[in-house]
Amino acid sequence: MTQIKFNIKGLNIWFGSIYALRQISMDILANEILSVIGPSNSGKTTFLRMLNRLNDLSQNFRMNGTVMLMGRDIRGIDAELLRKRVGMVFALPLVLPLSIFDNTAYGLRMHGIKNMKILKNKIEESLREAHLWEEVKDRLDEEAFKLSGGQQQRLCIARTLAVEPEVILFDEPCSGLDPISTAKVEDTMVKLKQKYTVVLVTNNVKQAARVGDRTAFFLNGELIELDTTDKIFTVPKDKRTDDYIRGKFG
Amino acid sequence: MRKLKEFIIEKLILICGLASIFFVVLIFLFLLKEGLAVFKTVSPFKFLFSRSWYPISEPPQLGILPLILGSLLITAGAAIISIPIGIGCAIYIAEIAPLKVKEVLKAGIELLAAIPSVVLGFIGMVTLVPLVRTMFHLPTGLTALSGSIMLAFMAMPTIVSIAEDALYSVPKTYKEGAFALGATHWQMIWRVMLPAASGGMLAAIMLGIGRVIGETMAVMMITGNAAVIPNSILIPVRTLTATIAAEMGEAVTGSEHYFALFAIGIVLFIISFAINVTADILLHKRQ
Amino acid sequence: MIKNPYRTQNIAFFFLFLATLLIVIPVGLIVVLIIQKGLPAINWQFLFSLPRQGMRAGGIFPAIIGTIYLVAGAIIFALPIGLLAAVYLSEYAKDNLLTRIIKLAIVNLSGVPSVVYGLFGLVLFVVFFKFGASIISGSLTLGIMILPVIITTSREALESVPYSFREVSLSLGASKWQTIRHIVLPNAIPGILTGTILGLGRVAGETAPILFTVAAFYLPQLPKSIFDQVMALPYHLYVISTQVPNVDEKMRYGTALVLLALVLFMNLVTVIIRYKFRKKKKW
Repeated sequence: MTQIKFNIKGLNIWFGSIYALRQISMDILANEILSVIGPSNSGKTTFLRMLNRLNDLSQNFRMNGTVMLMGRDIRGIDAELLRKRVGMVFALPLVLPLSIFDNTAYGLRMHGIKNMKILKNKIEESLREAHLWEEVKDRLDEEAFKLSGGQQQRLCIARTLAVEPEVILFDEPCSGLDPISTAKVEDTMVKLKQKYTVVLVTNNVKQAARVGDRTAFFLNGELIELDTTDKIFTVPKDKRTDDYIRGKFG
Repeated sequence: MRKLKEFIIEKLILICGLASIFFVVLIFLFLLKEGLAVFKTVSPFKFLFSRSWYPISEPPQLGILPLILGSLLITAGAAIISIPIGIGCAIYIAEIAPLKVKEVLKAGIELLAAIPSVVLGFIGMVTLVPLVRTMFHLPTGLTALSGSIMLAFMAMPTIVSIAEDALYSVPKTYKEGAFALGATHWQMIWRVMLPAASGGMLAAIMLGIGRVIGETMAVMMITGNAAVIPNSILIPVRTLTATIAAEMGEAVTGSEHYFALFAIGIVLFIISFAINVTADILLHKRQ
Repeated sequence: MIKNPYRTQNIAFFFLFLATLLIVIPVGLIVVLIIQKGLPAINWQFLFSLPRQGMRAGGIFPAIIGTIYLVAGAIIFALPIGLLAAVYLSEYAKDNLLTRIIKLAIVNLSGVPSVVYGLFGLVLFVVFFKFGASIISGSLTLGIMILPVIITTSREALESVPYSFREVSLSLGASKWQTIRHIVLPNAIPGILTGTILGLGRVAGETAPILFTVAAFYLPQLPKSIFDQVMALPYHLYVISTQVPNVDEKMRYGTALVLLALVLFMNLVTVIIRYKFRKKKKW
């Protein structure tokens, strides 16, 4: 039987008076790619940011319901440890104003790893996993800003991989990228699922169809439908899902 | 271990965050502590409104009305000069000046803000004071008028920069709307920009005036320091600030004179408090 | 007759231009005057020797040194407190009443007349803490006075660091303080530096706060400890222009020039920093 990574029950989220997520209950399985699709403001990014408690940073954030990671309520886990276990790649390639090496090493260093040899090995490994190593191995000391957009995004993936997470959250990772870079990032994601659980929020329905094992459709803060990607795209149960993936709205 | 260190650092940050409140309260309390003692011998009413300030006569006469009027006269004069010029300059910089000229003008204003008040006082002494004396055929050029002109000049950077900010923060759509209706540039400024930025303009004027009331050195150097009730702008006057600066050195610690100078400090503190709070409210309302 | 709007506009713009000239031209004249009349006084002896004959001859070395001590002392005190206060406001403060009060306190602190700071320094440091009129009393007084400048500019610098950098750092499991220490502060340094140096310039030129807390009228020697009195440039200029008769005008202008140069030099440094880092900025 497949292992359940996240178990979410009756999750409600508000930001001030805005009711952002309504009664979400679902499981996220280990080593799957779960695509989350839906029009903008459907709550999919809020959902994603719940999984590593980034929503906590918003001043008027409120929630109820439970989110369990491997059977433990994530609110009982230290936020720093949780975020180490549940990594995140943002919509735009947000490289830090540091060198390529220091970007990749940032998380490790923050968790107290200072030994240069360990760092070097880990960084090479992460950059290889993100399919970036060959392109940057000779210029690790250069400013990360000098890389192309696609390279920057893969650097962000490597940076996330370096801290050895169990789950990686992708928040529309290809929204700023050209088709070739997008293909490379998608390729990387598919390979990652052997080791990691991947949750991918995307505006691009075709991308969800290409890489997702299962697909969840969000609308106005509600989870409308969750099923294998095949079924969602061929025989959706809900008419709204069908309308959305056919491009009738959103 | 790391958690403990961070806990300590975060507490330290909180303490420093509160430091400003602490210092404001501390300043006020210490002024009160020393200043209120004067009211054992003089009633607050007499202190504020009696007409003679002879702190070292026996018994001392501690009425600060001449000083208040001196400050008011100079401030009013400075306001009359600085408000139209300062606001005009702000409009010119924000709306009319070409980009390169704008940079130069702003640098000039910043330069003025950077010149220490004692240097401006000195320059006022050697240039403005003789000029006022010969122009009005006076026995001395150390007059309220000289003080007003100098202080108007010193208030300019405050007025210009805050008024300019206020003009910048007027939404672009207002301007475009006015232009779309066929207004000239000046009509747009006069009918749209100025009303829209009025709150910030008022704050600019108030903070400029606050600067004038609090100014000490330049005023002490060029107004002649005569503690009399002014009946003309062409005679020497003495301000609240200059009185403290000039007399504290000679006042015997613990004497009535000493306490009275602190009481003047309380008056100044309250005035600046009122001005700054009001200006802050005006600036906040805008957002 | 119909009013011609363009003629009104031309007249209005002319007056606005005139107002601008009324400010900018005197500023230029003042600077030129001080340089022109002060420069002949400047020589090695003027800058580096002690004053003689009741300040009518000799140099201004003790006043220069005194001002440097005061500036250094004020910044040692004000920078750590001001910086951490700025960190509090930019990173920790919530949008609530306390924050509002802190901001109001800062506004007030910056509005308190400088001579009132002098009174405060006198009672608290000179009398209450028994430091006497000394470098430490003066530095602490000036330090409190420039806190608002440092807090306000540092806070702006901290807040200009993109929020997304903080999110990235946190999402990698860094703690809040680690994020501030490794991401926010390093990227805010130019702005913090600018604010600090602006504060320094202000300290160097202030007279009223040091009148009763440190400044010596005439003290032709260098301080030996932080509990000594010192001469200071702005006070020295005040003294030789109003309190001592028959001082050569050249010396007054010379002192004014040194003080002005010191202050303008600091301002120039901030301009250079701003310019350099604006070019390097990548976001």
